Amino acid sequence: MSMPDLPLTPDDVAEIAAILDGTAYDRIDITTARFRLRVARDGQGMTQDWSLADDTLPGTAAVATQAPAAETGLCVHAPLPGTFYRAPAPGAPPFVEPGATVSPDTVVGIIETMKLMNPVHAGVHGVIDAILVDNATMIAKGEALMRLTEPQA
Amino acid sequence: MIRRLFIANRGEIALRIIRTARRMGIVTILGASAADARSLPARSADDVAVIGPAPSAQSYLDSDAVVAAAVAAGADAIHPGYGFLSENAAFARAVAAAGIRFVGPDLSSLTAMGDKLMARTVGIEAGLPVVPGGEAGDKAAARAQAERTGYPLLLKAVSGGGGRGMKRVDAPDQLDAQIDMAMAEAQAAFGDPRVYVERFIARGRHVEVQVLGDGNTAIHLGTRDCSIQRRFQKLVEEAPAPAMPDDRRAAIESAAVNLARHLGYKGAGTVEFLVDAETFEFYFLEMNARIQVEHPVTEAITGIDLIEQQLLIAGGARLALRQSDVQLLGHAIEVRINAEDWRADFRPSPGTVTRAAWPAGPGIRIDTHIASGGEVPPYYDSLLGKLIVSAPTRAEAVALLGRALDRLCIEGVDTTRDLHRAIVQDARFIAGGVDTRFFEGLTA
Repeated sequence: MSMPDLPLTPDDVAEIAAILDGTAYDRIDITTARFRLRVARDGQGMTQDWSLADDTLPGTAAVATQAPAAETGLCVHAPLPGTFYRAPAPGAPPFVEPGATVSPDTVVGIIETMKLMNPVHAGVHGVIDAILVDNATMIAKGEALMRLTEPQA
Repeated sequence: MIRRLFIANRGEIALRIIRTARRMGIVTILGASAADARSLPARSADDVAVIGPAPSAQSYLDSDAVVAAAVAAGADAIHPGYGFLSENAAFARAVAAAGIRFVGPDLSSLTAMGDKLMARTVGIEAGLPVVPGGEAGDKAAARAQAERTGYPLLLKAVSGGGGRGMKRVDAPDQLDAQIDMAMAEAQAAFGDPRVYVERFIARGRHVEVQVLGDGNTAIHLGTRDCSIQRRFQKLVEEAPAPAMPDDRRAAIESAAVNLARHLGYKGAGTVEFLVDAETFEFYFLEMNARIQVEHPVTEAITGIDLIEQQLLIAGGARLALRQSDVQLLGHAIEVRINAEDWRADFRPSPGTVTRAAWPAGPGIRIDTHIASGGEVPPYYDSLLGKLIVSAPTRAEAVALLGRALDRLCIEGVDTTRDLHRAIVQDARFIAGGVDTRFFEGLTA
């Protein structure tokens, strides 16, 4: 587990900013095994920029960051990451099934992100050929959700 | 006294709690979801317990998992932060049953403030003014209630929410038709036709009072104004509430203390009021029985650490502060920097923050869990951090806020920074005392 070695407190940062202000330097870089802090002048004030050493803790995050599926051709892509749902509510019929004709404004699914339900629009004219992801799964931004074929002329 | 504190939350508030607990010599254990196991709070706590997978329902909202993890960690207290389980009476009961202190009010206060109608009843008992109005079971009762309430008025579904079944009525001759519609909508949407008649406050401000109590006595720490909101979520908060006569501000503060005393309130709480922006008449809305997102503006003008007060009171101490110890100095403003594309209807924007340069310097406080390279998971709310400025006067605080926003630079996700830059340049905001319709007139 992590050591009780918190990156500096806001009061520490305020002191570092005051020290920098009393010097002719433009920035102070502090790098330890656990973090890097850069306090820098910027116009009439200062900025603080933190980054953390990339040590790994047990139970490492399981955020969906896999590369979007390599789908080519006409697809509906996820406008944002989140949980993809094919229907407006549990047990309700899906927005679209393969074979459905869609236009750019057709809602084909929803993505739950940060506690909000975001509609997914088809974005193009076409016919749904295949649904590429399962209901209620995490998807990455830009991931192909559905494959489409050109509308019949 | 608390020795081992389990923190049942995430993000900036988890880090905020860790900082004060550490200063007090309390060991911290963070209950984190798998998605947050490498977050800044997780790296900062003395120990981390992974309470479940990423989705909140299986981690931060899973009362059994949280209590079990706290017991396993040997914690003697749980701080619930805000949101998640913080005002959940069943959770507080489970915590108590496990022999652990809940950093929050007694069950009786949580229950009394748990729903809006009950809070209204308790508020009336405590002698607080409430928005004139009342329930109406049928059309005749609604008409009679409207006579007493006066116009303009709002018809709301008793079982409703989210604006459905809500009708505004400006004059008596519109009442009949609007009642029919409101009752039909209420029946269709909620299966309950009862409506609630309430005076409509055209220009309302959201003003709240921070209170502290130890079960025996209660004090206030002044007002906050949170009128700038979207989808009922606050974006800008300031303390004290600006552009309001001193005697009205004092009246609101003492009303809040009356409620806290009536409840025998224990811990930190916030009493929310709707204030008429023209007459400064005020009405009790509800009480939030927890720490608030916007607590830093109160800390900035009082010099009092609210988390420390919560931990002391939960540990069994009497309130060491008297009302006369609380001196309000200067003015503070907080803006919420959210990972949202505010130009696209505030669409969430999770992802990796490739660079986070936050402002620094005198009068500036940053409460954030996001450093350069930080992850904003798609599972939780969009708050990246809070920029809090304080200065001797409101005008200076507004100017400092503008300069600080110019330096704030977040890359990798969309943020609300530029929205705040537009707000800080808005003449109405600069003047102070805007009402909740502020966004209708914002040019950005």
